[in-house]
Amino acid sequence: MNRYPAWKYILIVVILLVGAIYALPNIYGKDPALQISATRTAQISELTKLQIEKALDDAKIKYKSVEQSTNSVIVRFSSTDIQLKAKPVVQDALGKGYVVALNLAPSTPGWLRDMGAEPMFLGLDLRGGVHFLMQVDMKAAVRKDEERYVSDIRSMLREKDIRYRTISRRSKGGIVIRFRSAAQRTKGIEVISNEYKDLNVTALDQPADEYRALATLKQKAIAKTKDFALQQNITTLRKRVNELGVAEPVIQQQGQSRIVVELPGVQDTARAKEILGATATLEFHMVDEKHSVQDAVKNHPPPGDRIYYDRDGNPVLLKKQIMLTGDYIIDAAAGFDQLSGGPDVTITLDGKGARLFARETRDEVGKAMAVVYIENKTQTEKVNGKEVKKKSTIEEVINTAVIREQLGKRFHITGLSSSQESRNLALLLRAGALAAPVEIIEERTVGPSLGQDNINQGFQSVVIGFVFVLVFMGMYYKAFGMIANVAQLLNLVLVVAMLSILQATLTLPGIAGIVLTVGMAVDANVLINERIREEIRNGNTPQASIHAGYEKAFSTIADANITTLIAALVLFSFGTGPIKGFAVTLSLGIISSMFTAIMVTRAIVNLIYGGRRLKSLSI
Amino acid sequence: MEFFKTETQINFLGVKNIAAVISILMIIASITSFVVRGLNFGIDFTGGTVVELAYTGQADLDHIRSVLNNSEFKGAKVQYFGSSEDVMIRLSPRKDMNNAAISNRIMELLGSGKQHVEMRRVEFVGAQVGSELAEDGTLAMIYALGGILIYVALRFQMRFSVGAIVALIHDTTITIGFFSLSGMEFDLTVLAAVLAVIGYSLNDTIVVFDRVRENFHKIRKTSPIEVFNISLNQTLSRTIMTSFATLLVVLALFFYGGKIIHGFATALIVGIVVGTYSSIYIASPVTLALGISREDLMPVKKEGAEQESRP
Repeated sequence: MNRYPAWKYILIVVILLVGAIYALPNIYGKDPALQISATRTAQISELTKLQIEKALDDAKIKYKSVEQSTNSVIVRFSSTDIQLKAKPVVQDALGKGYVVALNLAPSTPGWLRDMGAEPMFLGLDLRGGVHFLMQVDMKAAVRKDEERYVSDIRSMLREKDIRYRTISRRSKGGIVIRFRSAAQRTKGIEVISNEYKDLNVTALDQPADEYRALATLKQKAIAKTKDFALQQNITTLRKRVNELGVAEPVIQQQGQSRIVVELPGVQDTARAKEILGATATLEFHMVDEKHSVQDAVKNHPPPGDRIYYDRDGNPVLLKKQIMLTGDYIIDAAAGFDQLSGGPDVTITLDGKGARLFARETRDEVGKAMAVVYIENKTQTEKVNGKEVKKKSTIEEVINTAVIREQLGKRFHITGLSSSQESRNLALLLRAGALAAPVEIIEERTVGPSLGQDNINQGFQSVVIGFVFVLVFMGMYYKAFGMIANVAQLLNLVLVVAMLSILQATLTLPGIAGIVLTVGMAVDANVLINERIREEIRNGNTPQASIHAGYEKAFSTIADANITTLIAALVLFSFGTGPIKGFAVTLSLGIISSMFTAIMVTRAIVNLIYGGRRLKSLSI
Repeated sequence: MEFFKTETQINFLGVKNIAAVISILMIIASITSFVVRGLNFGIDFTGGTVVELAYTGQADLDHIRSVLNNSEFKGAKVQYFGSSEDVMIRLSPRKDMNNAAISNRIMELLGSGKQHVEMRRVEFVGAQVGSELAEDGTLAMIYALGGILIYVALRFQMRFSVGAIVALIHDTTITIGFFSLSGMEFDLTVLAAVLAVIGYSLNDTIVVFDRVRENFHKIRKTSPIEVFNISLNQTLSRTIMTSFATLLVVLALFFYGGKIIHGFATALIVGIVVGTYSSIYIASPVTLALGISREDLMPVKKEGAEQESRP
């Protein structure tokens, strides 16, 4: 009696071993580090690494290691003081093309990393950082859409030779078109509704002498616009965050119109907001090849032209007229040209953009076209000790290419110098357009010292609570208490392992959840041990008592834990941020404590007491 | 070590009327306070900005208040947070300034003093987000109760379910009432704690009910009230052990977990005490009052039934 089959022991050992391995990375801690990544003008190479090493050696700053990966270099230091000292040194050495960010790099040994074992992901409240909840301005997205229609309808009516007086967007939404006559209006309405399936067009009776028509976006089209605005914003934010060089950023959709951005380790919220808040657009312009750029720079550009500069500061003379804006781009992917084998970028436009672009480029085959990246940034600068907000616009020609044929839904930009450049261009094209402005509606910043305090206090409270329980259980249930304690320890290891495997975020409420599970996991063992005592009191043999104790306690434990699990799951599905973190650890804790408190303790009990003749139990 | 060497014979349900009076009084006090005083909601629910500052040395609250009152932040709530070196400033939601501007401006105002000030934390919640969180929180509570009601009804019987739910409502009302009476801040983590209390208190109640179900099968020819009393006595040792152990860890959390978790730990302490009490004095009497009888449980197949027949 009280024997486990061998497979059960093996199963338990395997589970615990796997748990131990995946929990292991957490004890290695993290190194203060600098993460260096390239912006769109620079590249990470062996040279970058050498440059960094030289700069640090020259400044006599000691570093632990410099590791280079495909798109970043990580420099590890032994303390945050050195890390902070090294940052300006490295930044100066590399120049503007590189982003140098403070980071905490896990010092997990290679063999563990190879197994996919990573430490738990610490929440912002534990490591410090910024949390933003952003609301996408959907009204503006729709407004922009309508504004685009205004110009589209205008050029189309002109093309079809339908005479109108004015076309304008109403401030409350909708587009009003004033025709010259009732006949023109009837024709206009027909043409517009045929051309633009997303619009509802109706004639307006008032005022009778103006022949007005009203075009409004259909509900479906509005929904599409909104979704697109959100997705585009997320892509753009992701790109911006990359520019910030944040180690493990979180950018997620929340609900219909919101985006969560979490930037661990970022302290300078003002700068973070400036970069996140920049609005960027893309514009395609024709290059003016008839006039000389030099003349235009010296004198005035010819009418209808404007001088732009590329990233190296070379002037480019472009026509003012916009061929297409970035809003129409659905996708842009870096790849290789099938003919030449060189790197290229494939751009996919939406249906309307494709039609528009086909029309615009029909007569421009053989001529050069430029892509202009426009970014509006607000930067806070200190002038005479006062903080001054400066708005700046960066307009940069990111690419010029010759149009080989009439362009449509999909087209390629070839002739790029490297695959790095094609990747950068694709990223820019994808993220270039911010369809709708975003507003920050929730922000939480946790300073690094508070984060460290929170870790220390959280850790301390877990340890103290845990020791209390261990001592108490040992005193109260003696040998069986000690067995329960082993189970408790293993439970903690398993919870940490599961959090690490899931890469779930550990927050302060999450630690509270673990602490609470410790308390509640005790319950299972208390139930079992009380039952065993009861059975012994009733005059049963020790072996029978153990068996009955576990057997009878099981349904109680299951019921109690399942109901708590229900509460935890509800918390998980309704909660945001801190509540979710609590729910996750509580749920995981309940599941693993069921395993350790029932299976593991039973295995130990069976190993010690099983199949022996016993006079009494140490309980 | 054992608290109870032999099985206790306490007549828990003999005092059920007294317990009922005590509970009703506590609930009335809680609801009255909730209506009259309301809850001191944190910015999670109201929207607004919280700035936490760390001073080196004791912070001069009067000075901070007067500086802020003479600025655009009139009416800011200033208080110590945890220690006299840490200060928490609460501002109501405002439209004219964004959050970074607020924190920069506050640092500008207060940083010019003699003492060194460090910005520890800034939280800003839009008013709309706040009301949504409050709504979600209420919904979460209702869904949790609903889910539990169904589970217990399926595993036991409807009367048990009602008994358990009454106990849970009792616990949450008193816990929330405590926060209303004490004026402690009610934020998201406290809401999480209240929901955890639901789970915990239920845990306790289920253990008792489980024993009641078992005893209804085992002990014949006794009145239901007797069965409940026996079951409560049999599980008493466990109830006290578990509550004590859980209290130990929560106390560790309260004293060592840091101030952000303070409200959370407080809610749990109140909840555990009230939850332990309610599983004995509320859940069982209510189930009894609903007229539970042996027959109600007969169709339910009990786990471990074959165990009883073993010699």
